Amino acid sequence: MQTTGRQESCKYDISENGEGSITLHFQGRIEASNAGRLIKELQEFLQSRLPRALTIDLGKVTYLDDFGALVLVEAKKMVPEGKKHFSLKNVSPAAGRVLAVLNFDILGKREILQKKRPPNMLVRLGEGTIDLASDLKYMISFVGSVCLSLIHVCLHPGSLRKDDTFVCMQKTGVDALPIVGLISFLMGLIMAFMSSVQLQQFGANIYVASLVSLAMTRELGPIMTAIIVAGRSGSAFAAEIGTMKINEEVDALFTMGFDPTRFLVIPKIIASVIVVPLLTLFSDLFAIMGGLIVGVVTLDLTANAYITQTLKTLSLFDVFLGFFKSIVFALLVSWVGCLRGFQVKGGASSVGQATTSAVVSGIFLIILFNSAFSVILRYWE
Amino acid sequence: MGPQPIIEVRDLVAKYGDDIIIDRVSFDVYEGEIFGILGGSGSGKSTLLKHLIGLIRPHSGRIVVDGDDISACNETTYRKMLKKIGVLYQGAALLGSMTLAENVALPVKEYTDLPEDSVNTLVKIKLSLVDLSGYENHLPSELSGGMKKRAGLARAMALNPRILFFDEPSAGLDPVTSVELDNLIIHLNKSLGTTMVIVTHELESIFAVAQRVIMLDKRSRTIIAEGDPAYLRDHSQNPFVKRFFTRTAAIPEEG
Repeated sequence: MQTTGRQESCKYDISENGEGSITLHFQGRIEASNAGRLIKELQEFLQSRLPRALTIDLGKVTYLDDFGALVLVEAKKMVPEGKKHFSLKNVSPAAGRVLAVLNFDILGKREILQKKRPPNMLVRLGEGTIDLASDLKYMISFVGSVCLSLIHVCLHPGSLRKDDTFVCMQKTGVDALPIVGLISFLMGLIMAFMSSVQLQQFGANIYVASLVSLAMTRELGPIMTAIIVAGRSGSAFAAEIGTMKINEEVDALFTMGFDPTRFLVIPKIIASVIVVPLLTLFSDLFAIMGGLIVGVVTLDLTANAYITQTLKTLSLFDVFLGFFKSIVFALLVSWVGCLRGFQVKGGASSVGQATTSAVVSGIFLIILFNSAFSVILRYWE
Repeated sequence: MGPQPIIEVRDLVAKYGDDIIIDRVSFDVYEGEIFGILGGSGSGKSTLLKHLIGLIRPHSGRIVVDGDDISACNETTYRKMLKKIGVLYQGAALLGSMTLAENVALPVKEYTDLPEDSVNTLVKIKLSLVDLSGYENHLPSELSGGMKKRAGLARAMALNPRILFFDEPSAGLDPVTSVELDNLIIHLNKSLGTTMVIVTHELESIFAVAQRVIMLDKRSRTIIAEGDPAYLRDHSQNPFVKRFFTRTAAIPEEG
């Protein structure tokens, strides 16, 4: 007989008879804190002996919970199945109750938890295609429902939720002004700096004004503003609608007879379409101001000359083009933000995905449509 | 020697800002009993529960849970205390991105040194204890409300806590499922000896499950009744307690 006493709270003695049968005499508490070590020790020990029969004596066990039962189950798995190979001895009434609750007799026999196997490549490809197709279908139907709702609001202006629209205008527009202004100002500064290095070599300092104003009003102003709005508001739309979807608030709106698109999406789209072009104008102004400062401080231009050159360069068409572009971008960003929100299914992680996706697809759409504008203008002008 | 108190609350005052929610409340919960915290809406039941599990520190007063004063303890003692309790939240609060098995295995893997295989076996044991065998690989969003509650219970019990707290266990369940959950609570209390603290306003559930209750009142912000629910129903002199147990609406007061 040998004694193993490595646990302070649970000890066990091992006794063997010659025919390969082993008896374990446990004493003390078998619980969560020592179950892990007991299992590892027993598995090691039983693997080295491969007993034909195993008896566990619980006579001196003072406490046994389901972690204790787990130790017994793991020991039971190490010997061949069947009554004569594994048995318990001196089970106290308390321990017996626990084992009965857990259906100890059939525990070891049930097969181990099976992990779901990932499906093979073909299945995943098929699933991916189907997902893509249904995603596309939903997108198209969402375009349709937004169009219908917009038409409805145009025909019945009274049905627009004005308070929501104003709040949304404030959040998307007014609150974004400082960051849009700052970023545009710095953009103008950077552009003026970079171009002045080159233009100074030719003595063409004054054309810094043309470059900054033209680049900002036609291209960068609308794009930068739309990207900031996608990051600030597109994501917020997706998160808000997504959370409402999970909380069944969207269903509640529907059953109260509201059209969720008209209720939630239209105010956001209209607000964005109104404020984003205004933000873009501010962005242009701040960028020109940034360029002006570089021109006056480092290029020896007078403020007057800079402004005159700017006005000479810009045509009304350029300003309108930027304005028009930003309307389209606003439509795209708010539309895709709401779309991603409505696509939320399941739980919190899905809201996170929708938010990410709203920003990513918003920026993608902005760049895509801007490229299209460039191509069209190239042939038009 | 009688049963030992496992939770002692002394002169607890809870405030949100300047609003007093609970005013100088004292009571004991004894080891192994099923203890009910009752009260109408807005009486501070949930606030009291949040204080008992340490989510909110009391404004003043003392809360001792299994020997640790959680109203004035440091982070280490609080973490130690957390291992001794389990909480079943009203919405079960299962993590939506994980399967049931992963949800239950989460605390087991964190706090014990069981080998991977044994964790899986233990998870199976826990889930079969709440009658959810075979749902190991389901996501919480694929389950009904009652099943979520039971899975939440399995997770709360994962480390065999000494005390289990229930926030409105039968809220949102149909009567049959609700009774099943009550039976499960009684069964687990008898077989594992876990102390249970239940916050509820479901009458059937109170009479079936709770051995001793306290009742909080919105107006006096303190305990207005304490004892066996059936005895309170039949013998209490307090009109609010009587109305609560007999489900009668308040008579509109004059003036």
